[in-house]
Amino acid sequence: MKDARRVISVIVMNESSVLARVTALFAGRGYNIESLTVAPIPNSQMSHITIETKGNAKVMEQITKQLHKLIPVYKVIEHEEMVEKEMVLVKFPIAENLSDIEALCRAYNGGIVNVGKEMVVAQVADEPTRIQHFIEAAQRYNPCEIVRGGVVAIER
Amino acid sequence: MQMSGAQMVCEAIIAEGVKTVFGYPGGAIMHVYDEIYKQNGFEHILTRHEQAAVHAADGYARATGKVGVAMVTSGPGFTNAVTGLATAYMDSIPLVVISGQVPLSLIGTDGFQEIDAVGISRPCTKHNFLVYSIEELPRILKEAFYIARSGRPGPVLVDVPKDITVAMGNFVYPETVNIPTYKPTYKGNKKQIEKAVEAIKKAKKPLIYAGGGIVLSNASDLVRELAEKTQIPAVETLMARGVMGAKNPLLLGMLGMHGNYASNMAMSETDLIIALGARFDDRVTGKLSEFARYADIIHVDIDPANISKLVDVDYPIVGDVRDVLENMIPLLEDVNPNRYQAWREILKRYDALHPQSYVDSDEVLKPQWVIERVGELVGENAIITSDVGQHQMWAAQHYPFDRPRQWINSGGLGTMGFGLPAAIGAKRAFPEKTVINITGDGSILMNMQELVTAAEYKIPVINLILNNHFLGMVRQWQSFFYEKRYSQTDLTFQPNWKALAEACGGIGYDVTTKEEFDAALKDAIVQDKVCFMNIAINRFENVLPMVPAGGALFNMMLPQSVEK
Ligand SMILES: Cc1ncc(C[n+]2csc(CCOP(=O)(O)OP(=O)(O)O)c2C)c(N)n1
Repeated sequence: MKDARRVISVIVMNESSVLARVTALFAGRGYNIESLTVAPIPNSQMSHITIETKGNAKVMEQITKQLHKLIPVYKVIEHEEMVEKEMVLVKFPIAENLSDIEALCRAYNGGIVNVGKEMVVAQVADEPTRIQHFIEAAQRYNPCEIVRGGVVAIER
Repeated sequence: MQMSGAQMVCEAIIAEGVKTVFGYPGGAIMHVYDEIYKQNGFEHILTRHEQAAVHAADGYARATGKVGVAMVTSGPGFTNAVTGLATAYMDSIPLVVISGQVPLSLIGTDGFQEIDAVGISRPCTKHNFLVYSIEELPRILKEAFYIARSGRPGPVLVDVPKDITVAMGNFVYPETVNIPTYKPTYKGNKKQIEKAVEAIKKAKKPLIYAGGGIVLSNASDLVRELAEKTQIPAVETLMARGVMGAKNPLLLGMLGMHGNYASNMAMSETDLIIALGARFDDRVTGKLSEFARYADIIHVDIDPANISKLVDVDYPIVGDVRDVLENMIPLLEDVNPNRYQAWREILKRYDALHPQSYVDSDEVLKPQWVIERVGELVGENAIITSDVGQHQMWAAQHYPFDRPRQWINSGGLGTMGFGLPAAIGAKRAFPEKTVINITGDGSILMNMQELVTAAEYKIPVINLILNNHFLGMVRQWQSFFYEKRYSQTDLTFQPNWKALAEACGGIGYDVTTKEEFDAALKDAIVQDKVCFMNIAINRFENVLPMVPAGGALFNMMLPQSVEK
């Protein structure tokens, strides 16, 4: 069985230490977390946790079942047909070629969102693989800081 | 009704019908203890260590099937309780443990006796709660009991900050529980059950693999009925001893690392495993790639995560064993028991070839003899608890367990020190029954302070110390796998057991012969005092058969053949 990248959504009661329960389960059972995002679901008492992980089918089955066992977990979705996006913020020195940076960002669904005295901040939101490409392309403009947001996903 | 948080804790315990609580007070839980003083809805037993309080509640729960309750203070009180929680967690025992916590305002400040109890206990509880307000306390208490006993049972911790025990609030104990995210499945899928039945009807060499889940779901009678009706033979795990009944001709014995030959061979040759509330633990399966290579598997378990965790299952049935069997047995009406006759014959021959046996001696007491003798003298009537080591395995192999809940031991975690406090809990639940802790000279010292508890409350449990002057089980591995380098396992230096028991308010016996043993046990049974029976046994006796860790189940080290 091959290890593959997977994205799962975990719908949980929005209560204290629920995130700790989820992450402790991954740590305790030796599953890995590539990225994790979490936010409340509007107009509900639930939160949506998106976890990007790696494992073979058997490991994924265990992860799903073990997550289900946690009392505050409502639903676990192993994404198959999904739309997934990730956001990244990148800080560039203002001396760089800003119109090139702007063009690059546009190609990846983003743009420059803040201009300071010495730095500009660009924002891009796109599929995770494309975010990776963007970051590679951005290297030539000497980025001083890159903050990735982690994946969010929704079933199509 | 208006009352304090401390009162709410007591009222909930009473409302749940709990008659005995085991615990140990301290600063953060003092308000609750003050209320315990004032009420008379339940008794509180002061153990002499928090670990023992949780084990005692655990023994109580295992003996009765009800939720056990323990109470401890914050910080060291809680950390002492962790081994108890983990022990109960690994064996799916329903417990509610109430711990004190520093006041909410001090949480996170490294306050005196502050420790992150929910953080520490997360991986060894089914669920835990830190109470943030008096308003939510009644609901949390109700949910704690409900979660502990429902679905796959387990221990639940409720961590109550001191200011919440003081705060006043309105107490209405909820009648029902509604946790939208927690809905255990009890009913097995009908289609799956039908498929499993077809598989049983087609099998030639089916085998019932009975696990501790049967005990938890009180389904022994149905498992016996299933076997009886179909004449399918059965093996039991360590946790399922007593399920089939020792005299049952369809019971082959215990399987696994120290299983008997017939059981392990049956598992290796079966073409259909009917796994009931068992979880394919590594001590049961041996080397997974060699495990039951010819078998299809029916797996009935209330915990979906147990299914296909270690072995691939052909007929998964998520549900309560009791519920599933109620639906399955009627469908097996037309099974012809003769169908499995040839298979039963094979297994009979295996058992005749290498029966569960040992070489007795006239010079020195053999532990197996002691256990068989206890079985002859008290048999069905006794509840047997044990610690962890060789004595535990000998007890599991040789005691004639007749009913579920008669055998109480720490199987999953293997906690030395479990036996005595668990015996105290079981004896408190069934005062009329003889309760015997089969222990070793290593294990007993791990919670020996509970002698004092047993003496004070007149809980006359009998501790049979099978004394080999070794940490015997470790010594056995050293003999087999470490070229007899007995690193740190020699217990030649010993306490004076008799004097020790007497110093704590109990009785002591020193036993070296069969006659002395008979006399001592008969005496111990009629005494109303806790006792230590120091039984000198053969130092180098090994537990056999043995499947070396990681080896295939059918490759057993066997005892010498016997002239018995
Ligand atoms: C708390 C704890 N510590 C260590 C062990 C490891 N261990 C397993 S069996 C054993 C020896 C037990 O010796 P004893 O109680 O004398 O029993 P015997 O094996 O001699 O019957 C040890 C140290 C354990 N199971 N539990």
